Order: sequence, then structure tokens, then C-alpha cells
Amino acid sequence: MNLKPTRLRMCGNWVLDRFPLAQVWNEHMAHYYAPKNFNFWYFFGSLALLVLVNQFVTGILLTMNYKPDAKLAFDSVEYIMRDVNWGWLVRYMHSTGASAFFIVIYMHMFRGLLYGSFKQPRELIWIFGMLLFVALMAEAFMGYLLPWGQMSYWGAQVIISLFSAIPVIGDDLSLWIRGDYVISDATLNRFFAFHVIAVPLVLVLLVFMHIVALHEVGSNNPDGVDIKKSKDPWGHPVEGIPFHPYYTVKDLVGVAVFLLFFATVIFYMPEMGGYFLEHANFIPADPMKTPEHIAPVWYFTPFYSILRAIPDKFAGVIGMGGSIVVLFLLPWLDRGKVKSIRYRGGIYKKALMLFVISFIALGYLGTQPVTPLATMMARVFTACYFGFFLLMPIYTRWEKLKPVPNHLTIQPTLEERIPELKALFEEVTEIKTEGEVSKRGFNPTGAKNVLIRTAKNLKESLD
Amino acid sequence: MKKLLSLFLLVLSVNVFASGGVELQDADVDLTDKVSLQRGAKHFVTYCLGCHSAKQIRYLRIANDLGLDEKHVLTDIAPEGAGIYDQLHSAMNKHDAEKWFGTQPPDLSLIARSRGADWLYSYLKGFYVDKTRPFGVNNAIFEDVGMPNPLWQLQGEQKPVFTNDGERRVLEKLASVGNGTQSSEEFDRTVNDLVNFLVYVGEPVQLERQQMGKYVLFYLLIFLVIAYLLKKEYWKDVH
Repeated sequence: MNLKPTRLRMCGNWVLDRFPLAQVWNEHMAHYYAPKNFNFWYFFGSLALLVLVNQFVTGILLTMNYKPDAKLAFDSVEYIMRDVNWGWLVRYMHSTGASAFFIVIYMHMFRGLLYGSFKQPRELIWIFGMLLFVALMAEAFMGYLLPWGQMSYWGAQVIISLFSAIPVIGDDLSLWIRGDYVISDATLNRFFAFHVIAVPLVLVLLVFMHIVALHEVGSNNPDGVDIKKSKDPWGHPVEGIPFHPYYTVKDLVGVAVFLLFFATVIFYMPEMGGYFLEHANFIPADPMKTPEHIAPVWYFTPFYSILRAIPDKFAGVIGMGGSIVVLFLLPWLDRGKVKSIRYRGGIYKKALMLFVISFIALGYLGTQPVTPLATMMARVFTACYFGFFLLMPIYTRWEKLKPVPNHLTIQPTLEERIPELKALFEEVTEIKTEGEVSKRGFNPTGAKNVLIRTAKNLKESLD
Repeated sequence: MKKLLSLFLLVLSVNVFASGGVELQDADVDLTDKVSLQRGAKHFVTYCLGCHSAKQIRYLRIANDLGLDEKHVLTDIAPEGAGIYDQLHSAMNKHDAEKWFGTQPPDLSLIARSRGADWLYSYLKGFYVDKTRPFGVNNAIFEDVGMPNPLWQLQGEQKPVFTNDGERRVLEKLASVGNGTQSSEEFDRTVNDLVNFLVYVGEPVQLERQQMGKYVLFYLLIFLVIAYLLKKEYWKDVH
């Protein structure tokens, strides 16, 4: 190939001589070697990036017609929904995107818990990730005030009033945050500024740092095996594959599946039964009328539950803050020597299972009104939540570890599992012949056997 | 494991305790039924717009979405003097409203989204005679509501039947006196049309949104197949 350089190529070279574009691309994409055994849980990092971009693009479009003014905000949102061309789609993409962001991030964090991605040498990635999570919560909280509905208003009122529980400076602090004695136009304006400029800048910066830190030490994998131990003559990990094109095309499949779910929500259930868009938020904010039942959006409810479970207000605030802070400490709380859950002892598996149940239960309880029984249960689950982290230094030492292989294990792909799934289907169903027609129906004995087998396998893996 | 299970059962039972109150009746919402929506629009202007606005929607939008002629909307549906680009504003001003009702009646543009169709349907059918209330009526769904029954001439009066449940009186059912101009079936249809219209006004784009969804999902499905085949092709040599 000895082509005469075209004008386009010369322009390109002019840039490349002055900017290390190729180097950046190679370092982070084409020559970034990732373990070849990523599974389902590894889609959520790139999906988080996709949702972030979605929020930026739709958010910018929304600001073009939104009015950050207590008198105009609510109507301007409805104006977007009705009179702006495609405004409804942009708004639903943004509101659904907010919830999708938290689903994706919770899955991403859970992946970390499963495969020990927070452990040495990836502690800093985890810290940046946790900072991202905190920034994301701030972003979501402030964004939720902007539609200026009843839940926007009273949710913000409840959360900001928490600061007043801090001794001595509390009242002045919450006054300073609101800019007024109640949530008002001043609060709306500053939240708008934070939501569209300040916090997004922080998010972008942190995402950059999260990825740079990741690419410095390399990705973990479902086996928790260090792929850098065995390298080929060119210095590339034998069990690694370049992120581009292998994982770019694989993540594209993840993107397609994600978008199918995302589009289903946007086009068929944008309110998601009152969880993504709360019913009471279709009533304009009224400072004179407190709603009977104030519930934050679903992604905050586990933490809100912890707040409500603790009887004293200040202690509750500390508890809620502590439930986030304790996540930062995770890399130093976990004393287990093995990264991946595949080779960890039953005690960690049980603890993790209990933690997941507690987190979901707290989330559910946070959406419900307070009753004595619900409060009692929220306390039990709060204890489990903190127990998972704070007892970790003790119980992770007792773990009976399984031997970790030297190389990555390759699990069967979905396609390779088809015969297995077929056999399972055959087992739980049977062909019934009634007269001339034969139908495939449910087979209770087969299903029972499958359930027993699953339970046995589960028990075995937990021991 | 047993402890976990019993905790789960507790969670479920909390849920059961949390529900209760008067049963809602099912509204039959069908936004493709243009004729019902047209009747609903007319009922809304006749019976609701006197006090309640629906300021988030314009007459022009109604004409376009319900397949009506602009002129027809102005002569047959909109109140006199309204323009086609106007939003559905109420004639009652804020000052008078506060004098008469103590508060400004809420805008109804989004009432179907905050309350739900079944609630509206049951509410509009739930007025009963109660001499202790300022307007002479109370409501089975919304206790001590501050508005009169706008449809009383159509429905006629309803008398409450109470049963005693220990300490409290519980409203068991409403009995029609039978002095309305519409039969019970006709009245159900009127209310249903009204609710249908309010659901439409809550989100005028919803029909278009659902129709578009099919194409988007179909496209994404094709995208998924292509992406999957691409992935398989690239990953052929990874073992």
C-alpha cells in the first residue's frame, strides 16, 4: 500500500501530529486487554455510560423549554409534554432514564460485590464509583424538584429539613441550602443550576477518573483471576482480548437488549405504576397542602427506610448517611483472600443473599406508609444491612475458601445451554393426549423434581 | 431460611393491612372510541368548565385529536366567545371562587393522572345526600368534599345506607331515589365518557405513543439480531 496521500489523509495527519488521538484510542479501546470471560453482569458499566449520554442529550433538549421559576415550572413541563414537538418523548426518555440509571448502577455495584471488584488493587476504582453514586443521588434529588409537583416539593422539604437535625448549625444550614424558610423559587433556581451544570460536570470528571483508574490496573473478571500473570511474547495477557472490537460488539448486544426494555417502558408504561413518575407529582406544588403520604422515588427508598427506622431524628440522619459511608469502606472491611464469589465460602454467599433481601425489603418498605409492624421490620432489615458491612471483618475470616484456578474458566454460553434448557422444558412439561388433539401441558412431578434439585444445588453452593 | 420466609410473610401481611376503604368501580377507558371522547368533551364543557379549567389543552388540539371540524368544536363544544387556539379556561375568576368555595377549584388537566380513571368514575358516581354539608351532598370516595354534585340533575339524588361497625358508622351502599333525567345505564355512560375524556386530556399523546412503540420495538428487535450476529462473527476465534 503505497498510496499518494489524499487531502483528507493529510488533514488527518496534521491533527494526529499535534494530538495523541491514536494513542488514546489504543490505550483505552484497541489495545486495552480485557479478560475474555465477562458475563451478564459486565454489561452494566457500558450501559451506565449509555444512560449518562441519554440523560445529557435529553436534558439539554428539556432545558430549552423548561422554566426554572416556581410560577412557571409545572406548566412548562406540561407545555413540553403537549406543545413541543416530540417533547413528550424527550421528557419520558429523561424521566425513565433517571430510574434506568439507578437500576443499571445498582446492578453494576452488585457485580462488584459478587466478584470482589473493589478489592486490591481496585480500591480506588470503587471509591471513585462510590463518589459517582453520591453525585448521581444528588443529581437525581435536585432534578426531581424541577417539575414542581407535590412530591417534588414535599420530598425536597422532608430531605432538606433533615439537615436541621444537625446540632447547633442545623437550622442555619438548612436555611442556607434552601435560600428561604421553606422550599421556594430560590430553592428551585439553585437546584436547577446544580442539576444542569454543577453536578453533571462533577459526574463527567468522576467517570473519567473511574475509567482511567480501571484501565491502569485492568478489569477484574468473574473468576477474580489476574490475567496479567501470563503474557504472550508481545506482552499481551494470553487470556485477554482487545476491548475493541470484541467488547464493543458484545456491549452492542447488551445495548440492544437494554433499549428493548427501555423503549417498552417509555412507550407503554412511562409512569411504571407510579414508581418512575409518582401520581401525586401530577398535582402542582402547593406549600399550604401537605400530602398524606410522602414517599421519595423508588431508588431512594432503601435509604429513606433506614432513616425512618431509627427513632431519633438526628440518629436517623446519621444512620442514613452511614449506610452510604459504609459502602466506601468496603475494600477494607472485606478480609476475604479471594475475590470472586465462585471461590468464596458459604458464609459470604449467605451474608450477601441476606443483604440483597434486606436492601430490596427496605426499598419496598420505604414506599409504604408507616405502621408499627413495618417500622419493626425496617429495623430488622436495617440491622441486616449494617451487619453485612460491619461484621464483615469478622465473618470473612471464617470463610472456607475453594481453590482458585490459575486460568479463567469458560462457562457455557447461552447458545451452548440450549440443549440443557430444552431438557429442562421437557422435564417440567408433558404431552397430554385428549382424543385426537395432543397438547403440551404442565407436569407437576417434573417441576417438583426440578425445584428440589435446584434447592439442593443452592444448598450445596451455600455450604 | 425459615426465619427469612416468615419475615417475607410479614412483609406481605403489611401490604394487606395497608389497603382498605371503599371499593372503586372500574371505568371503561377506550381512547380509540372517538365518539365517546366527543361526548365526554361536550359533557366536560357543560358540567365541569363552569368552575374547573383544563388549561393544559387547547380547543384546536381537541379538534385535531378527536377528528372534529374546528368550526364544529367552536359552535357545538366550546363555550361562546372561546377561540380555537384558547386553552380550556373556566369562566369563574379566582376571587369569586374563593368567596364561594373557600378555595379555587383545581385545574383538571392532569386529574386523571393523579387520581386514576377508576377513582374519577367512582367519585363522580359517589355523591349522596348529606344535609350537614354546605352543598347538601357528601361523597363516598372523597369524604367531606367541598363541591356540589354537578351531575345531580342527570343522576338524581342518592341516599346513603349505613351500617354500624361497633364505634363507627360505615357507608355500605348508595340507594338511588330515581328522580334523575337519565336512567342508571345512561348515567353510567355519561360518567364514563367524561372519565374517558379526562384520561385523554391527562396525556393527549398516549394513543400516538403506544402506536409508535410497536415500530420502535420492532426496529430494536432487528437491531438486536444484527448486533448478535455481528458479535458471533467477531468472537468466532475467541476460545
